[in-house]
Amino acid sequence: MTRLTHLQRLEAESIQILREAVAESERPVMLYSVGKDSSVMLHVAMKAFYPSKPPFPLLHVDTTWKFRAMYEFRDKLVEELGVELLVHQNPDCVERGINPFDHGSATHTDLWKTEGLKQALNLHAFDLAFGGARRDEEKSRAKERVFSIRTAQHRWDPKQQRPELWRLYNARKHPGESVRVFPLSNWTELDVWQYINLEKIPIVPLYYAAPRPVVERDGTLIMVDDDRMRLDPGEEPKIRSVRFRTLGCYPLTGAVESTATTLTAIIQEMLLTTTSERQGRVIDHDSSGSMEKKKQEGYF
Amino acid sequence: MSHVSNDLLADDIEAYLALHENKSMLRFITCGSVDDGKSTLIGRLLYDSKLVFEDHLAALESDSKKFGTQAGDLDFALLVDGLAAEREQGITIDVAYRFFSTEHRKFIVADTPGHEQYTRNMVTGASTADLAVILIDARKGVLTQTRRHSYIVSLLGIRHVVVAVNKLDLVDYSKEVFDTIEAEYRGFAADIGLSDVVCIPISALRGDNITGASPQTPWYAGPTLIGHLETIEIADDLHVGPLRLPVQWVNRPNLDFRGFSGQIVRGSVRPGDRVRIVPSGLESTVERIVTDDGDLEEAIAGQSITLTLSDEVDVSRGDVIAAAGDPPRVADQFECHLVWMSEAPMLPGRPYLLKLGTRTVGATVGHPKYKVNVNTLEHTATRTLELNEIGVCNLTLDRQVPFDPYVENRDMGGFILIDRFTNQTVGAGLLHFALRRADNVHWQAVEVDKDARARLNSQRPAVVWFTGLSGAGKSTIANLVERTLHQLGFHTYLLDGDNVRHGLNKDLGFTDADRVENIRRVAEVARILVDAGVIVLASFISPFRAERELARRLIGEGQFFEVHVDVPLEVAEARDRKGLYAKARRGELVHFTGIDSPYEPPASPEIRLDASGTVPAVESAGLVVEYLRQCGVLAPPQEPEAATDPS
Repeated sequence: MTRLTHLQRLEAESIQILREAVAESERPVMLYSVGKDSSVMLHVAMKAFYPSKPPFPLLHVDTTWKFRAMYEFRDKLVEELGVELLVHQNPDCVERGINPFDHGSATHTDLWKTEGLKQALNLHAFDLAFGGARRDEEKSRAKERVFSIRTAQHRWDPKQQRPELWRLYNARKHPGESVRVFPLSNWTELDVWQYINLEKIPIVPLYYAAPRPVVERDGTLIMVDDDRMRLDPGEEPKIRSVRFRTLGCYPLTGAVESTATTLTAIIQEMLLTTTSERQGRVIDHDSSGSMEKKKQEGYF
Repeated sequence: MSHVSNDLLADDIEAYLALHENKSMLRFITCGSVDDGKSTLIGRLLYDSKLVFEDHLAALESDSKKFGTQAGDLDFALLVDGLAAEREQGITIDVAYRFFSTEHRKFIVADTPGHEQYTRNMVTGASTADLAVILIDARKGVLTQTRRHSYIVSLLGIRHVVVAVNKLDLVDYSKEVFDTIEAEYRGFAADIGLSDVVCIPISALRGDNITGASPQTPWYAGPTLIGHLETIEIADDLHVGPLRLPVQWVNRPNLDFRGFSGQIVRGSVRPGDRVRIVPSGLESTVERIVTDDGDLEEAIAGQSITLTLSDEVDVSRGDVIAAAGDPPRVADQFECHLVWMSEAPMLPGRPYLLKLGTRTVGATVGHPKYKVNVNTLEHTATRTLELNEIGVCNLTLDRQVPFDPYVENRDMGGFILIDRFTNQTVGAGLLHFALRRADNVHWQAVEVDKDARARLNSQRPAVVWFTGLSGAGKSTIANLVERTLHQLGFHTYLLDGDNVRHGLNKDLGFTDADRVENIRRVAEVARILVDAGVIVLASFISPFRAERELARRLIGEGQFFEVHVDVPLEVAEARDRKGLYAKARRGELVHFTGIDSPYEPPASPEIRLDASGTVPAVESAGLVVEYLRQCGVLAPPQEPEAATDPS
């Protein structure tokens, strides 16, 4: 072997980051969202510590509103890999029955995900959390560090971020502070798909096209995944061949019409398409600085 | 994405993927100022490789109207200027990483601002780059900042440079302008040791010579920017050097497996290779190269692997597994280049943490030999380094570390400095060479040791360190404590701030740097006295936590007792026995603690004394003596353990 391909370099870099983070923290955890980036991150983690299991649990901050297929996939994968999974559902949300229909997408996301995440991190006193975010996802993420320091209130302060030189990461923190670590920082969406293809990494079937019951709302196709979905008077779910480019809470995640039923067909479709990944998520739409604001508040 | 055969994508996705899975990767940095059109160039690279998606493009169109500088035309710069605050200011203020891809390569671009005070960001971006693109505005030619960027590129060891002479459309695509700039740049580049330089005439705004040869520059026969970036061979001599594997993590899934995980930063390794563990110097043989994809026959620089060895040798995180025949040197004193990255200036003598490879150790920096004016490359004398300054200094570590000079290997010679209290990364440095000084000063082994002297004195040596504002009453209380201990028959010595400054430290003033040195010397003297078996009472304002911590580490936990003589500033100032506060307020005294120099109170001192005036000094002194008694300091020393028979 004389040189590494770009995917080999990316994988080796991610492994180095994972090991460094584990070596420099007391109680690490990996945030696991069941999406494809999480799948890749977990796959790389299995490699990083082989023949040991990853020396940290997975944490799924659940909203109870994910697609059913995601829960099935999650439980099966965790069992197959033999890793520990923690599921956290914000108890306040459970009690108050927070849902996207009555409370709107912003409140729903904020309370279940942002608040839920903080609760879970505090509850288990995790001092380091891996996330699958990539720098190419959004403009404000291009400047995110690989090791990102959060205050005891889990806030991100752009002024407190540390310069990262060579492969040297500074994970030191005061009591109460925590670190978010993004091993896939330098991967692009195409890299992720190529790697899934090359490594034959299992992903949730929702990424593949299949006939599914959907309703069209404001130009977005929403899948009727269970009977909690509130239909408008006269609204009839129609069976259409759709797939998902990004996964979240089913009432908040738009599907795209597609016939791509294989991985290569998905990649082909992605490369030929002209809309970017996060467009399917409702939260990005408010204003152009919105991700930055969310990040400051502790959203991943 | 252009530069990919779109036909292949549509017709034969498998072939397309095979092509793209085997791409190489190039990391480069772009250097230039806001006005050189750097963001525009990067926006253009993303746009031309069709990585700008439709919804981003829609946002770009609306943003161009709102913030754009191109009179409503697409402003590519807006594609890359990320944080909202920056967008309003119209400048980028941090390092941003961008990604694009062509048929042959994946690119990671470090986008760093060229603004004067942001040396820090450029050094950060350059530390991981294989190549640098230096932008020059064709209308302005080689500027001071061009020299600055080139110097940093050369300092950080980037061997390949592309000079993109931009805005050629604004000088009528003039060959003469381009030739003049190229000649001037080459002359300068040779002086600072940059040898692989390629100059390309471009217009980022119009797209000339970015992906395709421009019809506007028929006189230019060289490569386009993308063409050059796609094909340049980055000499990967990393694989051919001797093996270096800094150990990140010891892999122990069960009692039968003990592996050492890390990323190879130089050379290659095969099972059967003889290796040396540094710094211990133990040798062994590589047994297996373990990965989740199966054992490997060979691994090369850049790969993250796990090694097992044929012997049960002791290996920990921070060690380097190296080629037995050509291991790295080990040292604890170095000369280095240091780039300062913090608002708070570097303080010679202050204890910092240093991270080199996977090892973190204590470090102090000596007085800089000089700092480099990055604009003129002149060397000037200095006592410290401020934010964004680069200097050459000596470095002393608290233990030996394996290293290679930075010019030989970035990962074995590049380090960061971390502030022990803020935990911020405050500096970055490049090791040049080990200083011989340390090699020749051997620790003199002595037979009568601390315990023996303590036994003869029938006491347990310790340091009681009084800290607090001027006028808090430190010396008064310390004096009373010493008197009591003396009466009880203990051997004591009182080190007092004012007295020490009349002799040992009379060459020192009151700047932050001198205060650090003052306390360093006092701590060393206190250590010698403790070694001699004495109970030391030290009474110093000692305003900085870092130096008090240095003293604590030097003396050793269990023998160091920090006493905070706590008084509100108003109370101390109202007392003002020596009239110093009044002088400081009048501006006749500068660097006065509490007035124009900070006091950092101890977070958790062993003893906190209320010195606001409600508790008499005698009572406070009594509290200190009682505390020492309870800690066992005033108990008789332990008897020596029975000597083992050496036969």
